[in-house]
Formats: sequence, structure tokens, C-alpha cells
Amino acid sequence: MKLTGRVWIFGDDVDTDQIIPARYLTTFDAASLARHCMEDADPTFPQKVKPGDIIVAGKNFGSGSSREHAPIAIKAAGVACVIARSFARIFFRNAFNMGLPIFICESLKDAVREGDIIHVDGDRGEIILERTSERFETAPIPPFMQTLIDAGGLMSHVKKTTSLQA
Amino acid sequence: MRETLTQKILKDHLIEGEVTPGQIIQCRVDIALGNDVTAPLAIQAFKELGLRKVFDPERIVLVPDHFVPNKDIAAATQAKTMRDFARQFGITHYFEVGQMGIEHALLPEKGLVTAGDVVIGADSHTCTYGALGAFATGVGSTDLAAVMATGQCWFRVPETMRFIYHGTPQPWVTGKDLILHTIGDIGVDGALYHAMEFTGDTLKGLSMDERLTMANMAIEAGAKNGIFESDDTTVSYLKNRTQRPPRYYHADPDAVYLDVHEYDVSVFSPQVAFPSLPGNVHPVEEAENIPLDQVIIGSCTNGRITDLRVAAKILSGRKVHSDVRLIIFPATQAIYLQALKEGLIEVFVEAGAAVSTPTCGPCLGGHMGILAEGERALATTNRNFPGRMGHPKSEVYLSSPAVAAASAIMGKITHPSRVAGKEAP
Ligand code: SF4
Repeated sequence: MKLTGRVWIFGDDVDTDQIIPARYLTTFDAASLARHCMEDADPTFPQKVKPGDIIVAGKNFGSGSSREHAPIAIKAAGVACVIARSFARIFFRNAFNMGLPIFICESLKDAVREGDIIHVDGDRGEIILERTSERFETAPIPPFMQTLIDAGGLMSHVKKTTSLQA
Repeated sequence: MRETLTQKILKDHLIEGEVTPGQIIQCRVDIALGNDVTAPLAIQAFKELGLRKVFDPERIVLVPDHFVPNKDIAAATQAKTMRDFARQFGITHYFEVGQMGIEHALLPEKGLVTAGDVVIGADSHTCTYGALGAFATGVGSTDLAAVMATGQCWFRVPETMRFIYHGTPQPWVTGKDLILHTIGDIGVDGALYHAMEFTGDTLKGLSMDERLTMANMAIEAGAKNGIFESDDTTVSYLKNRTQRPPRYYHADPDAVYLDVHEYDVSVFSPQVAFPSLPGNVHPVEEAENIPLDQVIIGSCTNGRITDLRVAAKILSGRKVHSDVRLIIFPATQAIYLQALKEGLIEVFVEAGAAVSTPTCGPCLGGHMGILAEGERALATTNRNFPGRMGHPKSEVYLSSPAVAAASAIMGKITHPSRVAGKEAP
């Protein structure tokens, strides 16, 4: 998987209430959720984000609730992937189950500036910062997660691998 | 051998894989839970599989609690989606408004979860049931859909961190204060991906309600689950209540832990988490005199009967400060009824509190007590993220019911002993 995009920077502990505030949870329509994506962290984000952009954040991204509305909102806003120092565990699960690419990278956050262009090569586990040509490594995707991605998400995986009684 | 409590339970539910920390395994699930926010998404994903039945209609629990009684038309539509699904697929444990409660208070109360279970819930505070000696963890809606279809779920086997509490807590120091202190100590990602195993002589004296409060907040340290070893309190709580036989597990004496944290609780004050992280914890003395606009007592963290008793003890014969709105939410209908019988509701109303039917309501900024810009609340809930209870520029502090009740009277954050003396109930 190869992605190139413009960077938006967020800090540590961006929780799901900031990604998609609970007041919007009366729907799970992706386009409506996208209109409020990251609103409580940066109120102007839904207006300025463009398809293919990349979110770079600090540690514990996506902490808090189990709401899948969070990765849905990010994906529907057009964000190509999220790169963080670490991810909260339910967000991590949800992102793979739904097919939003996420990468763990310790050192990128300090090197990158808002608006920078980065190139992400998911298969080789590397990120190139265009402005400085610096190279960063990402943690490899665990094999089971890769299976989920290849299957096209958890539900397709279940369909393929489990004998279900209709 | 050399296994922790969490690893033992997972092993007995194993379908595929190896129960070694870091490995991904496939497990049997005893109970799967959804609510009015997360179930509709799961139902949509489930329906795309085209199945005519769920894996077991008695092992799925659906509870409308977040935006009910229906807050608006959109919320009503979500609640209806879940209700229709429950009827169509013959889900035994669907709880309608009037019988329901906040899910994590309701499931233990109804005996739907028991010791030794593997429970997944499309709600992050599913970890609450670790108090009963179950492996219980929050997942997303798609996971719930997969479990509804197959009865199975994938997990990454966690490492276990051990938390040992010694000593006798001072008056007004409760399970809530122990867990707030712990999160303050290790941080909001201090237990990321790991299991938290709670033990020590202090916990022997802790009621099941307080244990549920502690396990409830394991997720606030990033944990996969929080779990208590079963003892007499567990056995007597589950007796005549649980619908399936409990299985009691104990960690091996030489179990391998990632690390061990020990606390002497006898020196603890009541704790307060400052905005805007549950890990931003200080002793109440450092929070005193912070003025408040609203106080919330309730939620899946602290809306149980013992919480209401403590609040009533402090509020009895006193009045809520004129600058403060005090809103009290019993967590389930049974708790509400019990509070009514004990005269607690009368105490609350006479003190000038608003008492609500069970709902998540203000805990997640849903309805029934939203904060305006610049307003400040103290709540017995579990999260104080920016905007959690309303406007992104409102503030939430977290505490025990005792601190909340005393603060509601004084109009500012207050140590309970200032209002009600040194003798806690
Ligand atoms: S009371 Fe609050 S934390 Fe508990 S389930 Fe409801 S919204 Fe979640």
C-alpha cells in the first residue's frame, strides 16, 4: 500500500469525543459524521481537510469510547491514513476491522510540520518526509491484521472463513 | 502454569491460537453486548451477511441507554432499529425503557455475566464485569456483528499488570479514589493493551459496587480489561443471581506479570481528576474552592445503590448550593426502586436535586444536563475529555459520590468531612 498526502498534526491523547463528539452519534451516516470530524480538537478541520490528507498524532490516539463512528468519520472525511506514536486499543481494532490504514511511528511526529507532504509505503514499513528526504520506519502490521486488510475488513473475513448457518 | 487470571479464562475459551502474550487468538464468547449507539451499526453489518439467525439469541444482550428515553427523532430511529432487530431475531435479553438501566450496571444486576465468562461489548466500559471475575472487554460495532454471527472473537493476548492495594482507607476514601489514584499514577495509556489485575488486602474489604467502579475505569488507563480475583464477596454477590454457573479462576502463584504496582491506601485522600484527562488526578485538598455550575451523581461508574446511599447521607437535611444544579441518575430501575423504598429519593428532592430515570444522559454529553460554554461540572462519571459533557470549552472534574455530594452543597469542590464530619457510612 502506497500513499502520498499532506499532513495535519495533532497532539497526544486525542480521544474519540474530540474525533466525533457524542452529540453527533444519533446517526452513523458516514457523510454526516465526516462533517464533524475532529471538530472538538480543531473546529476548522472538517472545512480544510482534503481527500488524501494524512493525520499525524502523538501517543494514545483514539482513546476513550468504542465508537466506530470515529474511524468512520476520519475515513469519510477523506483522510488516507493516521500515523501516531501509539493508538488506543479499541480504535486500533476498529480501524483494522473497517479498513482505515493506521501506522505506528515514534519519530515522525517531531520531524514533521503541518502542511508537509509525506510518502507512506505500508508494505516496506517506511515513511519519507518530502521536505527533508528523511526516512522513518513504521512498526510492521501483525500478520492477522494483514489478513483482515487483504480480506477487505472483518466482515468479509468472517464470510470467507466461517461456515455460517443461513 | 505460570498464568495470570486473564490468560486462564482465555485458555478455557480458546478455539484457535496460543495463549501467549502478543499472540492473536480466536475465542468463544459467552455474552455479547450492544447499546443504542453501537448496535445499529453492528446490525447493519450483520444484515449484510444475509443470515436468518444469530449464533445464540440468549447470549446477546441489547440495552438502549445512551439516548433514551428517546432524545430526538434521530435517537428514536436508532432505538427502533435495535428494538426491531431484537424482536426479529428473538433476542432474549433486550431491555425496554421502564425495565432498563445503564448497561454496565444492568448486566451484573440481572446475573447475565458471571465469573469465568468471556464477554465482549460494543462499549468501552464493558471492562466493568472484571469485578465479577470475568474477562470482559470493549470492542467496536463490527466486532459485535461478527460475534452475533459466529459466537467468536479475535483477541491479542494481553500482558498482565498487577496492582496491589494495602491498608485501610481513611473515611470517605472509596474504590473510586483508589482507581483515580492508580490512573493518575500510571497515566491514561499506562496500561495500554494490557490486563490490569487488582488484588491486595484492601480489596478484600471492598464491596462489589466499589469493585465494579474500579474495573469500570480500567479502560481509562488504556487497559484491555481489569479483573478481580474471586472471593467470598464475589460468591455471595453471584449467589441466587447468576443465570449460568460461575467458574472461579485464580492466578498461579508464580504467574508472569509485566510489572507490579503497590499502593498504601491508608495515606490516600479522596481524589479528583482535573480537566481534561482522567489521569490528571490530585488529592481533593488541591481542588478545594473550585466553584461549580453542575454536579452529576450517577453513571455506570457510580450510580449504584451504595453510591446513592453515601450521597443521601451527606445531602440529608442540607440544601444544594443556589449556584449549582445537582442531577442524580440511579443507574437501573431496580436501583431507583430501592432508593425510593429507602427514602433516598425524598432526601435528594428535598435537598434540591433533580432526579432522573436511568439513562447515560449527561455522562457523554447526550442529553439531560449539557454544559454551556465556560461551565464547570463535577461528576461521578469516568471521563472528563474536552467537550465530554457539552460545549468543547466546558470543564469536567471527576470524583466519588461523597465528594460530589459535599461539593454540591458548598457550591465548590469540597472534602466530604467538611460537610459531614469524619464518620463515613
Ligand atoms: S454511563 Fe457514561 S460511561 Fe457508562 S455506558 Fe453510559 S455513556 Fe458510557
